[in-house]
Amino acid sequence: MGVQGIGARALRKEDKRFITGKGRYTDDMTAARMTFAAFVRSPHAHARITGIDASAALEMPGVEAVLTGEQLVGDGVGNLICGWMIHSRDGTPMKMGAWRALEPEIVRYAGQAVAVVIAETQGQARDAAEAVVVSYEELPVIVDPAAALEPGAPQLHPEAPGNLIYDWVIGDEAATNAAFAKAAHVTRLDITNNRLVPNPMEPRAALAEYDAAEEHFTLHTTSQNPHVARLVLSAFYNIAPEHKLRVIAPDVGGGFGSKIYIYPEEMVCLWASKRVGRPVKWVSDRTEAFLTDAHGRDHRSEAELALDANHKIIGFRVNTIANIGAYMSLFSSSVPTYLYATLLSGQYDIPAIFCNVKAVYTNTTPVDAYRGAGRPEATYLVERMMETAAREVGLDPAEFRRRNFIRAFPHQTPVIMCYDAGDYDATLDAALKAVDYAGFPARKAEAARRGKLRGIGLSCYIEACGIAPSAAVGSLGAGVGLWESAEVRVNPVGTIEVLTGSHSHGQGHETTFAQLISDRFGVDTDSVSIVHGDTDKVQFGMGTYGSRSGAVGMSAIVKALDKVEAKAKKIAAHLMEAAEGDIVFEGSQLKVAGTDKALPFFQVALAAYTAHNLPAGMEPGLKEGAFYDPSNFTFPAGTYVCEVEIDPETGKTQIINFVAADDFGKIINPMIVEGQVHGGLTQGIGQALLENAAYDESGQLITGSFMDYTMPRADDVPSYTLMTTETICPGNPLGMKGCGEAGAIGSPPAVINAITDALGIREMAMPATPERVWKAIQDSRRAMAAE
Amino acid sequence: MYETNYHRAGSVSEAASLMAKADDGKFLAGGQTLIPTMKQRLAAPSDLIDLGQIAELQGITEAGGSLRIGAGTKHADVAGSALVQRLIPGLAKLAGGIGDPHVRHMGTIGGSVANNDPAADYPSAVMALGATVHTSARDIAAEDYFTGMFDTALEENEIITAISFPVPEKSAYAKYPNPASRYAMAGVFVARFKDGSVRVAATGAGQNGVFRIPAMEAALSANWSADAVASISVPADDMLSDIHGSADYRANLVTVMAKRAVAAA
Repeated sequence: MGVQGIGARALRKEDKRFITGKGRYTDDMTAARMTFAAFVRSPHAHARITGIDASAALEMPGVEAVLTGEQLVGDGVGNLICGWMIHSRDGTPMKMGAWRALEPEIVRYAGQAVAVVIAETQGQARDAAEAVVVSYEELPVIVDPAAALEPGAPQLHPEAPGNLIYDWVIGDEAATNAAFAKAAHVTRLDITNNRLVPNPMEPRAALAEYDAAEEHFTLHTTSQNPHVARLVLSAFYNIAPEHKLRVIAPDVGGGFGSKIYIYPEEMVCLWASKRVGRPVKWVSDRTEAFLTDAHGRDHRSEAELALDANHKIIGFRVNTIANIGAYMSLFSSSVPTYLYATLLSGQYDIPAIFCNVKAVYTNTTPVDAYRGAGRPEATYLVERMMETAAREVGLDPAEFRRRNFIRAFPHQTPVIMCYDAGDYDATLDAALKAVDYAGFPARKAEAARRGKLRGIGLSCYIEACGIAPSAAVGSLGAGVGLWESAEVRVNPVGTIEVLTGSHSHGQGHETTFAQLISDRFGVDTDSVSIVHGDTDKVQFGMGTYGSRSGAVGMSAIVKALDKVEAKAKKIAAHLMEAAEGDIVFEGSQLKVAGTDKALPFFQVALAAYTAHNLPAGMEPGLKEGAFYDPSNFTFPAGTYVCEVEIDPETGKTQIINFVAADDFGKIINPMIVEGQVHGGLTQGIGQALLENAAYDESGQLITGSFMDYTMPRADDVPSYTLMTTETICPGNPLGMKGCGEAGAIGSPPAVINAITDALGIREMAMPATPERVWKAIQDSRRAMAAE
Repeated sequence: MYETNYHRAGSVSEAASLMAKADDGKFLAGGQTLIPTMKQRLAAPSDLIDLGQIAELQGITEAGGSLRIGAGTKHADVAGSALVQRLIPGLAKLAGGIGDPHVRHMGTIGGSVANNDPAADYPSAVMALGATVHTSARDIAAEDYFTGMFDTALEENEIITAISFPVPEKSAYAKYPNPASRYAMAGVFVARFKDGSVRVAATGAGQNGVFRIPAMEAALSANWSADAVASISVPADDMLSDIHGSADYRANLVTVMAKRAVAAA
């Protein structure tokens, strides 16, 4: 492919195998004597298990075993954990109920696994799973998170009285209340952030193998972070010590957060593979994915914004109820706290912010991080409030935002974050120009002549990526450090392997990371391979989520490249009999500055391995590793503008134009970045217009298939207008900020602001389905008629 | 999917005799409903009798002012047929808007009409055009054929062989799709015949499946224009209500789709 460095629109190296059907996913893996697992799941959202009769299932053809929670607990398999400790305002630690991979006593959400059948074929396992007779005594169900906090509500966990996990606060309450006391105007909104189902294209899967002679496990699984999976499986679930457990995440078809966590099914496969003495494979079907993959969002908030007489924001007060579901998933506690309320300052200079978050158990699927994780919830809240406040005080929404922008950096917000760099006017200006903001009234009038309601909505988002630094997140309760590692192996002939702790499940690391090497050493990207996703190959890594692979993962590679370059320069200086300080890298050559003396990089690599003539005392070889712990989060930001037309007869919203102006800092591959933004925007528009995980009162997920859960399709979204501005992130060597989640974070409020603008109303719940929009139109017509 | 026995029938009579021998058999046409249902383990027929290779179920022909479409004709073939496009363009457009390209290249008109999903598109055309359903045993008029949601006049082991559509002077179909499934939330087929008579049938919206709308038919007979139906609404009490659309919303959509169908015809 040639030398393709930073900034090149290099085609994706990995796409050859993906688009020719040659990807290797977990379900493509096979093992000798492999068996299949099928889970017996609770049909009830809340029930006591009074008996499990597996006798009929055990008689069925091909059945190897039926295993239950009692056996699992008896074998000492640990409970599932939540890896981020949150303390309530009274100082008490969060109250976590026990979560067993197979529940022996009380099921708390529909779809929870209570037993597993191991059989020769997948069909036999599923047939037998239906023959396992589980008796239940149904218990009262609670699905509404606000109602779950009421006295007398059904209780889920004895450890968490009142279903309350924590009652957490951030910010200065007294200062915020004082700001409201002197406010010239207060804007209030009740805002719901709807629950979503992640739906990666590849459902979760696992293939667990146990080698009895070596007492060693191998797990192929759909993971965004195989090392974290190994750590948790070893340290908390007692599956095996780390050196006796290899976790491989091969090609993975999308994650969006849902494949960060350690779920019951994968650990049950490991445990069962040892119990039955044969490899065990499990592949989730789409129904299981809907029921058991961690859901996203699900917040209910009351928000108040205080303005002074000059329309400057002087205070922001938020109360949020976060639905955690039936159990605390791996990072669930951090999402509605440190990943959420720390972003409530948005792009604005707000002197006082106070937020209270109550995390609540309900009889629903566990909720955890999903593309954006907390930041979409914060952005939706802030940007709905900004738009509403501007309309209330009669200011143009763009002008109102401008009046409140942060312009001096670094900027310390009242909610922990210290923004390092940004230029919010630049993205706002770029977006307004691209959308022809000034021409909107004419377009609205023209649409009205066609009987259509046209609206425009803004969203000036900020988010925090590359979650860091380790010491800081540790002080806030994180159970892990959030650095990244890399190893650069220059082979004797000059080809390069990069081992990274990041994991690509759609992000294109094999291309962008190779571009970094190509840029640095002038080598062809085809001479570079990126190795990831295998705990036996890569020493350690924290994986990919939170848009961290560029800002954190690539920074670790840069550190390793620095070491490689330093050693290569020493060798080159020695070989060319020059001073080390005079050696410079030019293209693929190491040169003596100001002379025509030069050595190709591959010759220096060869010299490092022949070791015939190295500087005195130098070790042979050209391989270096590095760990990188960032000094701060990074802060991508931008402005999104959405223009919609609504058909008043059907309530159908059509997005006519969507402009995204993003500042991601330094960009390695603009094509891949655009792809990330396209995907993110589509997910955000999906949340705003289409997607909703809805439960009925008995705790059944009523949008449990694609027949009812509306995934965005190509004709639901417009052809996006994308642009970027650039402020360099000072916190990492490449100046990168991250782009993976911005689209999903910034877009929902732009869409809803456009719809409320078109209809001339204050509130519109997500998803703004045609029926909701149509009803809003009927309601406002009725209200107008009554006046 | 549960284990099942697959049979490929070579003729309608062979299909009937295979079915008679089966324990709990099902005819398989395009399989666009039956196969997903079986994969979800919601149906467990002992035998599948595939009608897909039966020559006598294929073909689109014109005879005596009517268009006859073999039951095994795929939606894409109806949509792409020059004959259908010329004689009943509304029907070609309807077929071209069913599901997605995959569904249109597998699903058949006979399978759709036999299944009588309340949100399927074809029943509206069968009803609005006053079509005749030909079966292995008899001919059934549209009015007598549809007997409720997923319910038809078909006897056990009776196979639809073809459907004959009287050719109208004008026809059109307008549907508002369910955002998730893309089935019809409300689909309205309007047809005007040479004698001036008008038939209007709606699918997707009614509690008992496809239904005619006499008030709209009368109004359009007098005045063939979108305005003529704009103020005619169907009773919300008779409409379906679910998470995607309330009965009121569906009733509104029926009127809106009727207007749009008339405007398009």
